[in-house]
Amino acid sequence: MDAHQDRPLKPGALSAAGPIVRIDNVTKRFGVVTAVDAVNLEIARGEFFCLLGGSGSGKTTLLRMIAGLEFPDEGQVTIDGEDMTHAPAYARPVNMMFQSYALFPHLSVEKNVAFGLQEEKRPKAEIVERVREALAMLDMQDFGARKPHQLSGGQRQRVAFARALVKHPKILLLDEPLAALDKKLRERAQVELVRLRERVGITFIMVTHDQEEAMSMASRIALMQDGRIVQVGSPRELYDAPVSRYVADFFGGANLFEGKLTRAERGEGVAECAEAGVTLRGQCAEVSVQGASVTVMVRPERMQLSRTQPTADNAVRGRIASIVFLGGFHACRVTLESGKIVLARLSPAEFMSAGAPAPGDDIYLSWPASAARVLSR
Amino acid sequence: MKAHSQRAGSFVIGLPAAWLFLFVLLPLLIVLAISLVEMRTGSPPYTPFFTWESGLPRMHAQGGNYALLFSDRLYIDAFLSSIRIAATSAFIALFIAYPMAYAISRAKESVRTPLLMLVVLPFWTSFLIRVYAWTGILNSNGLINNALLNFGLIKTPLPLLHTEFAVHLGIVYSYLPFMVLPIFAVLEKLDWTYLEAAADLGARPLKAFLRVTLPLSLPGVFAGFLLVFIPALGEFIVPELLGGPDTLMIGRVLWTEFFSNRDWPLASALAVGLLVLVLVPATLMFRVMRKGEAA
Repeated sequence: MDAHQDRPLKPGALSAAGPIVRIDNVTKRFGVVTAVDAVNLEIARGEFFCLLGGSGSGKTTLLRMIAGLEFPDEGQVTIDGEDMTHAPAYARPVNMMFQSYALFPHLSVEKNVAFGLQEEKRPKAEIVERVREALAMLDMQDFGARKPHQLSGGQRQRVAFARALVKHPKILLLDEPLAALDKKLRERAQVELVRLRERVGITFIMVTHDQEEAMSMASRIALMQDGRIVQVGSPRELYDAPVSRYVADFFGGANLFEGKLTRAERGEGVAECAEAGVTLRGQCAEVSVQGASVTVMVRPERMQLSRTQPTADNAVRGRIASIVFLGGFHACRVTLESGKIVLARLSPAEFMSAGAPAPGDDIYLSWPASAARVLSR
Repeated sequence: MKAHSQRAGSFVIGLPAAWLFLFVLLPLLIVLAISLVEMRTGSPPYTPFFTWESGLPRMHAQGGNYALLFSDRLYIDAFLSSIRIAATSAFIALFIAYPMAYAISRAKESVRTPLLMLVVLPFWTSFLIRVYAWTGILNSNGLINNALLNFGLIKTPLPLLHTEFAVHLGIVYSYLPFMVLPIFAVLEKLDWTYLEAAADLGARPLKAFLRVTLPLSLPGVFAGFLLVFIPALGEFIVPELLGGPDTLMIGRVLWTEFFSNRDWPLASALAVGLLVLVLVPATLMFRVMRKGEAA
């Protein structure tokens, strides 16, 4: 069921060999702007780690500080146990795939890929062999003599990969690697990238602004906002157990009910929500003060729709405002008595078992307490 | 309708074509014709290219002037020393201009335009006056010698003016902007990410410059080199004002043949020789640039 379970994330990896990257209290300022603000982060060996965030969230700056293309004003960057805070890019055991690919326009594909090995002063025969190998791995063996401008966007991307991977870096950094590809090519490249990481076995750190891309590829995600990391976890954790409204909202649709916490015990919270008209129960990670203002979050696909009063942890009454059939599911907008609009996603089976509801029908929406989160931020 | 637009089209192309024919090709042909006849005293000071004999035109072309160009050491030496002086000057200008262009292209955007203005500023003064001003600086009682004498660094004035050194100096000074501008144009467009990629792949800054920046800026270097080399080859003012009596350059020889010896045919032959000399590197440049575009 869980597509993320087969991804290489071993919980013990962090403690076993130490993290491959450690970011300790790193701050980076550009003039008056603080791009990265006291960030702490550990990335395990062999992870497909994703830095996710909107523009200006500091994700690219953080990646560039791991690459050695920017240097922190404060804090420490440790790569594979070595302090690399001020080491220049050419001295780091990492390679980067640039968003624009940055293939040298005056060099052929082969020479682009060989560039890094020549800088390492490897023997000629070894360079030839490793370049051939890298190009073959990406199905680009027939394009060695071409110049970058003679390649399509997808081919350029493969060459950029080959060039970064041929040096056998400890970490591959990817700055929006798929942004320049069209949608169809991008989806294929996502799958290829995950497979490629499994084959080469090294750590990938990717920057993206696309939450779907991050969810479908990463073993762990760090969501960034205003230079800070808001939450780190597996895609499932971020989706199901967001720590704040911002995280809940960033990952797909979320129904949010404002309320006041009345009771919290054993990981469950009860909140008085005027918008819902009833008290709502949901999972509550943090110990919160009674009476604190909280938000209860429920994902649209966790909502159940029924015509009669259901027996459930949470149930609200409302009238269907609209139903849109979107192929795999029905998108249903329900107006509650308070006037709040709630989104529900119904699978075809749910839709039928609810008796094919239509706009104007009075219905109940219900969900178990395990499907809701009580958020204090 | 179609005929009308066709006529308009041929007019648009025809006008510059007629201009080029009248003011470039025709004079060139006249010079070529004069180079093939003999000198005489009178007006014009050369024998006619063709005469009418019993109703038919008869050509009087002869290659004597060209034969002289190749047989008299003076002309060959003038060509060779012109090439040498123009080439060394262009190289010196390149080594001065490249760092300048690099620094300007990497300067903050707000100071880039003022810096470029400073490079172009000397053009606001007449070329002749600027070169003449150097005589005042290089003179035996000029700025440099006086300063050195006053500081007690030398006892007798250095011979600076009327030397080949002064000619190089004058050419480099005069044509430096022509070297700076094309190199700047290429460097300014250069994507910084290439250098980051080079560093990421393990290249130290100097290696990154040699393997990435320099090759990518070669089109600008080529253009700048020829923009300095070609006019320097036929330069007259600089060797005349700053050069010594033994500084041999085609421009000067040409002037002497034309105005002192009134040997128009030989001067024309020299001019044609100079043109051929310029055409070789120019075609080479266009070939290289076309290849760069195609690649």
